[in-house]
Amino acid sequence: MQNLGIDVLFKGTNMMRLLGGLWVSLRISLIAVLFSILLGVPLGILMSRKSRIIRAITRLYLEIVRIMPQMVLLFIVFFGTTRVFGWNLDAEVASVIVFSFWGCAEMSDLVRGALISIPKHQYESAKALGMNSLTVFVFIILPQTIRRLLPLSINLVTRMIKTTSLVMMIGVVEVLKVGQQIIEANRTSSPNAAFGVYGTVLLLYFIGCWPISMLSKYLEKKWNNV
Amino acid sequence: MNWEVIGSYLPLYWKAMLLTLRIGWIGIAFAILIGILVAIVRFYKVPVASQIAGVYIEIFRNTPLLVQLFFLYFALPRIGIPMKADFCGALGLALLGGSYMAETFRSGLESVAKIQTESALSLGMNKSQMVLHIIFPQAFSRSVPSFVANIIFLLKETSVFSAISLMDLMFTAKDLIGLYYKTSECLVLLVVFYALILIPVSVLGDRLERRVRHAEFGD
Repeated sequence: MQNLGIDVLFKGTNMMRLLGGLWVSLRISLIAVLFSILLGVPLGILMSRKSRIIRAITRLYLEIVRIMPQMVLLFIVFFGTTRVFGWNLDAEVASVIVFSFWGCAEMSDLVRGALISIPKHQYESAKALGMNSLTVFVFIILPQTIRRLLPLSINLVTRMIKTTSLVMMIGVVEVLKVGQQIIEANRTSSPNAAFGVYGTVLLLYFIGCWPISMLSKYLEKKWNNV
Repeated sequence: MNWEVIGSYLPLYWKAMLLTLRIGWIGIAFAILIGILVAIVRFYKVPVASQIAGVYIEIFRNTPLLVQLFFLYFALPRIGIPMKADFCGALGLALLGGSYMAETFRSGLESVAKIQTESALSLGMNKSQMVLHIIFPQAFSRSVPSFVANIIFLLKETSVFSAISLMDLMFTAKDLIGLYYKTSECLVLLVVFYALILIPVSVLGDRLERRVRHAEFGD
């Protein structure tokens, strides 16, 4: 039988190193998700207001994020700003900045969409029942918004995890880079390591993202029927 | 900002953009084709094929394109399936896009109300007439917004092609920065050229969406 290079994974600490690399990508995406929620939710609420100036500015921001590939943003922050402003930026910090910038735009758009999708009569009925703005928001609007928002924002988490694979291109040592190193180190003893290692990386990403997508799909189905 | 440098880089970027467009175009065309086929198989629950399609969709939707390309380009030759880089890029994009398009078209098909098929049949249409004239047009018009989003997403994803040593925009920019250290010029050109590709697509997409919303049926 042909050697598939899976044995390389069980040599020394290779598997642990690969998992350590995965943790680096996960850490970046989790921090970025956290920032995206913290900044994106208020921004989304702001965007649902009907001010023209706010709308114009946020529209520009969203268009930029929608059109520019994340890789270009990574290059701009990591190579561009360091050159122009002369500061020293860690590759991981640069990735967190870029993914927060991107995630915040996505998140705010989701929040805005969810807020707008709530029919006007919900506000009016609540007002008619004598609730004030705060109680309307907390007891009527918020619960409905969260139901629409949660499945979509869980989906954003998987997209974030998938997109963090790009950070390898600016030199962060994450799972793919570790894989490359393992393959290089075992070039002579196991020439087919590429198959085993990249196959495992593919599998690791799948194991990481699939349950989260399933959860999102399940919640969407469950809450849509109500 | 040094305009002479920018001028001398322009031809290189132009060539790179053509490569991105060429592979992107082929990849997206096949993605749409795969998407339609898989969506139909999934929607009509063709036995066996539907399960295979389900596994395909889940695998490609839940892994990053970069890792998929690494697998196609570096791992498959090890078990005797060598591929050229540009073929590999187009294949990766087509497979990734196919899984996204399939979900888009399937939810479009699902959104066509049952009463539509019943009415068509009761008007004496046969099955192929019903599918062609009643179901597909409505399903397509419903899936346009996410169809447009997918195309923009796929064009953006082409930026990872540089990882399998295709000389696309990203590769050119990185190469030139490494050679001459004209970082700002290179990055400005990079942004301009990606905008050149994506702004027209975005504008056309918006128009298509508006046009289709105008043509929506009934409800």
